[in-house]
Amino acid sequence: MDKETLIAQLKEIIKPYAKNEEALANIDENTDFINDLKINSANLVDVILDVEEKFNIVIDNESMERMLNVKSAIEIIEAKLAQG
Amino acid sequence: MHNRVVVTGIGVAAPNGTGIPAFTAALKAGVSGIRYDQQLADLRFSCQIAGKPDIPESLQLQYLDPLELRNFNSNGILYGLVAGIDAWKDAGLPVAPGAAPDWDSGTVFGAGSAGVDKLREAIYKVDALEVRRLGSTVVPQTMASGISAWLGGKLGLGNMVTTNSSACTTGAESVLMAFERIRSGQAKRMLAGSTSDSGPYIWGGFDGLKVCTFRHNDNPTAGSRPMSVSASGFVPGSGAGALLLESLESAQERGARIYAEILGGNINSGGQRGDGTMTAPNSEAVQRCIRTALQHAGVRAEEIDAINGHLTATGKDALEVENWSIALQRKGKDFPYLNALKGLVGHCLSGSGSIELVAAVIQLYEGFLFPNINCEDLHPDIEAIADPQKIPQRLLYKDLNLIAKASFGFGDVNACVVIKKYKQA
Repeated sequence: MDKETLIAQLKEIIKPYAKNEEALANIDENTDFINDLKINSANLVDVILDVEEKFNIVIDNESMERMLNVKSAIEIIEAKLAQG
Repeated sequence: MHNRVVVTGIGVAAPNGTGIPAFTAALKAGVSGIRYDQQLADLRFSCQIAGKPDIPESLQLQYLDPLELRNFNSNGILYGLVAGIDAWKDAGLPVAPGAAPDWDSGTVFGAGSAGVDKLREAIYKVDALEVRRLGSTVVPQTMASGISAWLGGKLGLGNMVTTNSSACTTGAESVLMAFERIRSGQAKRMLAGSTSDSGPYIWGGFDGLKVCTFRHNDNPTAGSRPMSVSASGFVPGSGAGALLLESLESAQERGARIYAEILGGNINSGGQRGDGTMTAPNSEAVQRCIRTALQHAGVRAEEIDAINGHLTATGKDALEVENWSIALQRKGKDFPYLNALKGLVGHCLSGSGSIELVAAVIQLYEGFLFPNINCEDLHPDIEAIADPQKIPQRLLYKDLNLIAKASFGFGDVNACVVIKKYKQA
């Protein structure tokens, strides 16, 4: 799966949680979930659960801690998919 | 120097009406909110009728955004939000996300339990080894203080934000706790109220206790029969009531509409001694609670125009009327008017006291006694104490000055609130 498709899928997942719609519209690799998208920190676990469901992967606790922006999310998803 | 405390806003989510206009119309017309409940029947409850506020999704979206409604499964919090936010807005107060906290406003919003449906969902997941899949929504929807926390956030409350819990006394207690906070000058405004979840997991325990009626499954609206000789147990209800209490000074400064004045009240317990137990009231404590409430409010027993009773439609209604009679030293034609809201909405448990107080405030403000339905066969023991004319079965317009409202709860706890019509000086 190429990066652009991944970001587009991530964008769909994040949409209900993002309070900053402009930042969501301009989402790219450097977008931060909390600082840019203004996602409530408690909702980060919901984003992760939705990602798990969408890609049929399991994200371990250590990866969860790092999953604070689009870049790390893509790395983690790609790594998990590769482990397949 | 104590502050005088007035009611400047009210809100309600009741089985027979959500929102003050609908609830007031249902009160006056004597419309019952009790319905047949297929889920209770499927689950083999003895009592298959119940009272639930009707809050369709379109209305839910006025109180919760789509994200908040995702995985939302705590109807008690929903009822509390509807009543609480309505009361706040009814008082003409602003809802301004992004503004600084309102340090002068707080809430005491009670609940008997919180989010039992959500808790059930979570328990199933935990037992299925899926604790990591619970997500972020379990704690705010199941913590005991959930409702006050949600209201605090929605309204930006910066004063005390707490939840009280004292079974079916909860609503009356929340009003008295909020009253004290304003009276003593610690807050200018307090949102007082209480809520109760609906559904089989909250009502099951009462069905198991055999305190709910099983005789009216085929005739729901006749099922809740306070003061009737054919009363055979209460009908489970749910919902929330809310009163925005405010210091008279603050209300006058804002030019707010004043519905009524809270004069005072009392909260006590019978200690589960004498005839008091976990589930039955100690009559001495009940009488003492009423008398002390009048003293605290500075009114004489003969001044009380009407009683808004606890009156659940169990076998204890006659005893309650007797306790009022002894406490007030009034009987027969001299007995105050008597209203039992539970005939219309069932027993809304931890929500009952506040829903009934909202009704009492409307009654004072508009001047009427609502019809006591389902007591056409008045219990003879009650008839021997109170003249039947004092228990109107039809809407009766009447200028009322003072209403005493009492609630009693499991744990042998009591609360009595005295409310007065507010007259512009």
